[in-house]
Amino acid sequence: MSLLPHIIAYVALAVFVVAVVVRIVFWSRMPLHVRWELYPVAHEGKRARYGGSYLEEVDWWKKPREVSVAGELRVMVPEILFLVALKENNKKLWVRSFPFHFGLYLVIGATVLMMGGGVLQAVLPGAMGGGLGRTIQVATVACGASGLCLGLLGAAGLLHRRLTDPVLQDFSSPADIFNLVFFMVTFGVALLTFLVVDLDFSRVTAFVHGLVTFQFDAMEGRGLEVFLPAVSVVLMGLLVAYIPLTHMSHFVGKYFAYHAIRWNDEPNLRGGDQEKEIQKVLGQPIDWSADHIEGDGKKTWVDVATEEMSK
Amino acid sequence: MKAPRSIKDFSKGDGPIAHVAVEDQIPLPPPFDKIEEEKEIPPLREQTRENYACILDDTVLVNVPRPKTKEEEEALVNGFLSGLRKLFTPENNWTFLQPLMMTMEHCAKCQTCNESCHIYEETGRNPLYRPTYRSEILRRIYYKYIKNASTWVHGDVDLNWKTVVRLIELSYRCNLCRRCAQTCPIGADNGLVAREIRKLASQEMGIYTRELHKDGSMLQLTVGSSTGMNQLVVKDNVEFIEEDTTDLTGIETKIPWDKKGAEILLIHNAGEILAWPENVGSFAVLFNAAGLDWTLSSDLAAYDGINYGVFYDDVQFARTAIRHAEAARKLGVKKIVLGECGHAHKALTVIADKVLTGDLNIPRESCMPILRDIAKSGKIAFDKTRNDFPVTLHDPCNLTRLMGVIAPQREVLKEIVPKHRFREMTPHGCHNYCCGGGSGFAIMSGNNFAEFRHHVFGRRKFRQILEAFQGEPMDKEHPKYVCAPCSNCKGQIRDIIKYYDAWEKAGIFYGGLVELMVNAMVDVKPGYIDFDEFH
Repeated sequence: MSLLPHIIAYVALAVFVVAVVVRIVFWSRMPLHVRWELYPVAHEGKRARYGGSYLEEVDWWKKPREVSVAGELRVMVPEILFLVALKENNKKLWVRSFPFHFGLYLVIGATVLMMGGGVLQAVLPGAMGGGLGRTIQVATVACGASGLCLGLLGAAGLLHRRLTDPVLQDFSSPADIFNLVFFMVTFGVALLTFLVVDLDFSRVTAFVHGLVTFQFDAMEGRGLEVFLPAVSVVLMGLLVAYIPLTHMSHFVGKYFAYHAIRWNDEPNLRGGDQEKEIQKVLGQPIDWSADHIEGDGKKTWVDVATEEMSK
Repeated sequence: MKAPRSIKDFSKGDGPIAHVAVEDQIPLPPPFDKIEEEKEIPPLREQTRENYACILDDTVLVNVPRPKTKEEEEALVNGFLSGLRKLFTPENNWTFLQPLMMTMEHCAKCQTCNESCHIYEETGRNPLYRPTYRSEILRRIYYKYIKNASTWVHGDVDLNWKTVVRLIELSYRCNLCRRCAQTCPIGADNGLVAREIRKLASQEMGIYTRELHKDGSMLQLTVGSSTGMNQLVVKDNVEFIEEDTTDLTGIETKIPWDKKGAEILLIHNAGEILAWPENVGSFAVLFNAAGLDWTLSSDLAAYDGINYGVFYDDVQFARTAIRHAEAARKLGVKKIVLGECGHAHKALTVIADKVLTGDLNIPRESCMPILRDIAKSGKIAFDKTRNDFPVTLHDPCNLTRLMGVIAPQREVLKEIVPKHRFREMTPHGCHNYCCGGGSGFAIMSGNNFAEFRHHVFGRRKFRQILEAFQGEPMDKEHPKYVCAPCSNCKGQIRDIIKYYDAWEKAGIFYGGLVELMVNAMVDVKPGYIDFDEFH
């Protein structure tokens, strides 16, 4: 029984990793699509400031194209951390969504610190005893506690909005409500664990250290001292496994939405690499049924696009 | 306000589910701020209501006959589902599968995009016109009927013939300007969803608007132009333009046809030739004076830069783009330059980029950078004082938000308009608002759609124009110029001006960029832009 939290944690992590990888593979293996960029495109260098592109140049194909990674980072980092697009376009939602997301980041940060501490302790057993260990512990408590508070507050705010705004009510499915309740319960139990039995995060830290060093010691103590951390770990594990199976995996999709679609302005130059790929998709059969196409599953895109048209 | 209260209302009832009433709308700026003086959208004719399924709102565009039997009702539903399945296969929809799936899977339904939509805002925020509304219905149909997924997760909707007809009609209540997509925190694109519904209807069910298909892309691919001009007629018309331009400018103007090996193949929107011949003449004056080596093509479809497929049909899009490129290949030109037509720009320069390969992959560019270089080169002398009237610039969505061509036209204006006379609209550049004629609406006027278009779709642009000119005397003794470097936008702005009588009441005039350039040319007879002649 004492191993159950460990097993759930490993399984959850495995499900998370596999599901995320599957998502990444899915989006990256999508067929080539037509260009559908949307300006401003962040890597356009100085032009990105006003939404301009390399197409503002005469004979643009003869000139070196500026692709500014720094420009992308200048947009992406604040977007990921502070949800800038939401702040600019929907402040009412941002005041709820930002604490929710930032709380998540802090909880992830606390988990990473605990895992790092565990590895450090295994590799350099004395290292965690001194100032470094103390710093990691303080940072873990700070990130973890504030992250849980923010996340819980944000999830409650989002749920309140979904339940009280008539438009959101209409657009929300039961699963949307469940997702937010799931977050609230998980973060709430974790916060309760912190407040009641684990003010210095030592219990959860010991658990995480055990996970990364494969030492499955039973939690010390009795009653709530064991029960609350165990429930908290189980809920966290289930949440971690659940997220990538839902539309909340938008943290993966968003990367592709920006890099494969919105900012994908890579031109197809004659004789370049893209031409083969384009010829491949144009060689696919088509079976759209309308009279002006009459696709039969044999005619290809090239066939229908080049056939003579009659009145 | 008559509006659907819930997504589930979309499948219910026999009549229209929404109505745009003047009293629900936001008043315009002065001198058009008296809401009681505004016209209501006229009702549809009885005959139209009898013949077609007019069950969405005040107007009808797609003209789907009302089904008379159960079988006809089922055919609509089955055709839609068949198309929806194909929409999510890589063979049939490689063109947009990834952007579409991204929107289907990751929209958080947060409603952030709604307030960026000029249509939703200018209907007085009627829920039917939310960018999210049609997407959510399509999403629910997709998950329930194609993926057989749980409605507990994705929400529920009833699918019947009314859902299908309303959804197709609703896809034509979007200008496809993608301003909503620009504000999406996740990267979902509800504008694309509207286009994909149109595409499904066209490519699978043969349901489209007459203006885009039979009188649009089909006419272009069979006769040569959606205007109906064949090769002989277009050459005749251009000959008239040469004569008129010579008379007006005092400069002998020649427009070359089918010049082999020319540097530039210039492709105009053929609508310019008929409706705004001075635009075609102005290009000729500027390109000749700058010493450019250029030509027009009289090949089928190549003297008309339009590509209406971009608004509703990938196959029609590809057919047209290939014919444009084929004409350039035959002439052996170095590059194709698009005239003042926004969607032609995006179609051939950006979207066709993933269609044209090998010897059809001829470089294509906007006319704006060339015009900028001409204006700044010193080859032509300009006198800004000839354009001594207030000027504002409309940013065509296809050129700006969807292509990033924003600075060149402003650099041109700096050279030809006195600094204190130019004023930007708010917002502008890539954050502009659509003119209301986008996605082909500018050419659509069937039933009472024209009134709906002016009153709803074009209202935000008219508001922006009025705001840009606030502080100026609002009468026709003080002409004000809306520079709209796009044929469709120009047509829409012309129609809005007429609808609101904005020339008579406020002195608002419109035209292209090249007309302003020629008007400022020192070598041209003064008065090339004739405000009196226009009206």
